[in-house]
Formats: sequence, structure tokens, C-alpha cells
Amino acid sequence: MLPVGTLAPEFSLHSTPDQKVQLSQLRGKRVIIAFYPADWSPVCGDQMALYNETLKFFHKNNAEVIGISVDSKWCHMAFSSDRKLHFPLLADFEPKGAVAKLYDVYDEAEGQCQRAIYVLDEQGVIRWSYLSPVGINPGADGILDALEEMDKSKN
Amino acid sequence: MSLKPPVSEIDHVQGNAKAHIELVEYGDYQCPHCGHAHPIVKDIQKRMGDKLKFVFRNFPLAEIHPDATHAAIATEAAAAQGKFWEMHDIVFEHQRNLSDVSLVKLAKQIGLDIAQFEKDFDNQETQDKVANDFESGVRSGVNGTPTFFVNGAKYNGSWEDEYLLEYLQSL
Repeated sequence: MLPVGTLAPEFSLHSTPDQKVQLSQLRGKRVIIAFYPADWSPVCGDQMALYNETLKFFHKNNAEVIGISVDSKWCHMAFSSDRKLHFPLLADFEPKGAVAKLYDVYDEAEGQCQRAIYVLDEQGVIRWSYLSPVGINPGADGILDALEEMDKSKN
Repeated sequence: MSLKPPVSEIDHVQGNAKAHIELVEYGDYQCPHCGHAHPIVKDIQKRMGDKLKFVFRNFPLAEIHPDATHAAIATEAAAAQGKFWEMHDIVFEHQRNLSDVSLVKLAKQIGLDIAQFEKDFDNQETQDKVANDFESGVRSGVNGTPTFFVNGAKYNGSWEDEYLLEYLQSL
């Protein structure tokens, strides 16, 4: 994974069929980038469904979360609407996995993103990262601890 | 990952409060996996008897289970009349229909004073209990439901069949 302390590489990806999210547009906010293998994993243990419920804790820490997988924008739209997600899912679809490769979290053998999290500060610098075993939803506690740690080091 | 905060007097405890083995479940009343785990946990409690202390904390995934939060609040409202576990059981047993109307029917079935139940349901403290349980689950590393903690440590094995029972008996 990319080392802590480096500037997170810029990208621009579709969040819906007619909208794109550019990382640098989120400057001023902390950003949680959650790479995950695929939409439509089983419901109750789903990482994106969990983040959907923990958004208020992220927002309290001035952080936005974005999910990234190689699924297409149409697939994301259906998944997001089914799970009623209130944060964007970005399609790393064409060229496939290009952003995941840029962030060193692409699984070449499976052709999908690894399950990996980067937490960026308000200036877009990587402050925390975590690579999870692919079958295990890493939860939100590590992210919240990292966000609080950032507050501490600021004071 | 460990349980934050540890079990205290604000938790609902079933079994032997002084037992050396403590099982905590974070669950969602509308989650089918939790519904499936419910009789398994009951069986574990029966077979372990006074060797086990069981605690249930709420972890409603409200966006995918729109009735889960109200169901959780209903059990906490029942707790105010000393009937948390009766409500907990009957709600799990009827998890396919947890509308507000249905929750009141279930409350009646277990003999709650309905006027009081409705008052407690609307009480901010009751609602805060559910929100605080959820937050404690997030901080403890709960990543889905059900998630179990055994003696304060997250249990990552299977809870199906007798795996959890065997693990607890091995302690």
C-alpha cells in the first residue's frame, strides 16, 4: 500500500452515470477511501451497509467516505439504491482497476480491488491505511480511531 | 478487538451474572441471521446453565432493516417494566412482522401495561440506550450481525450448529 505521509494520488471516477467525483474536490474534508472487491456481497455483514450506518460518526469527524470497486456505474447505481446508501460508490471500471493499481490495492488474479482503506487528512495526505483479508469486513472502529488520533496530533 | 465499554449494570444480563464465561451478542431484530442465531443461543444458555452469563446489545442496521430500530426500542421499553427478555424473545420469534402495530401486539401478549410501554417507547433515554449500544458496537469492531464477544474478545469463529457452544465449553 502507499505509505502514510504521502499525497494521495488524484483520480476522477463516475459515481453515477452522469456524475463524476474528483478527489481534489474534497479538499478541506477528511476522506475515507474504501476499496472493496464487489457490490452485492451478503447483506448483514456488508461493509458498505455498515458505513452507511456509521456515516454520522464519520461526519462528526469532518470525514466523508467513498467506496471504490471495479463494478460499473450502472451496477453501483442499482446496488446503492437497493441498500439505500448515502455516500458515493465510484466505478473503477475503465480502464479496469486503474485507480486501485495507483493505490497499490489491485488483486490481479481476481481482477478486483482488495479490501483496503485509506484515510486522508484535509490536505489529501494519507494518514492511515489498512489492508483487510478479502473475506473479512474490517468494520469502522479502526477508521474512527484513526480520525480521533488525527485530532490529537493536531492539538 | 475488544468490547468497549465492558459489560456493566446498564446491560441486560441473563444467566449467572457471576459466571466466568461471558457471552455478549450484538444483534438486529430484523436481521435473518440473528433470527437464525436466536434458538442457537437459547440452546447454548440451556446447556451451559449457570456457567454462562449472556448479554444482548442492540445493533440495528436501520437502512437495510427499517423496522429494526423500533423493535430494539420496544425491547428497551419492555425493560422498564422488567420484561426485556420476554420482549426480546417474542420479537425474534416474530421477526417477519415488526411493524409498530405488531410491536404493540407483542407487548400486549407478554402482559405489558401498554400506556406505560408507549410512554417508555417515546422516552429519549430509551432511544439513547439503543443508539449507545450501536455506537459501542461500532467502537468494539462489530462489522455485521450477529457479532459475538466472549469474555470481552471478539469471537471470529462460526456460531452455527454447535461451534460456539463447543468453543465456550472449551474455556
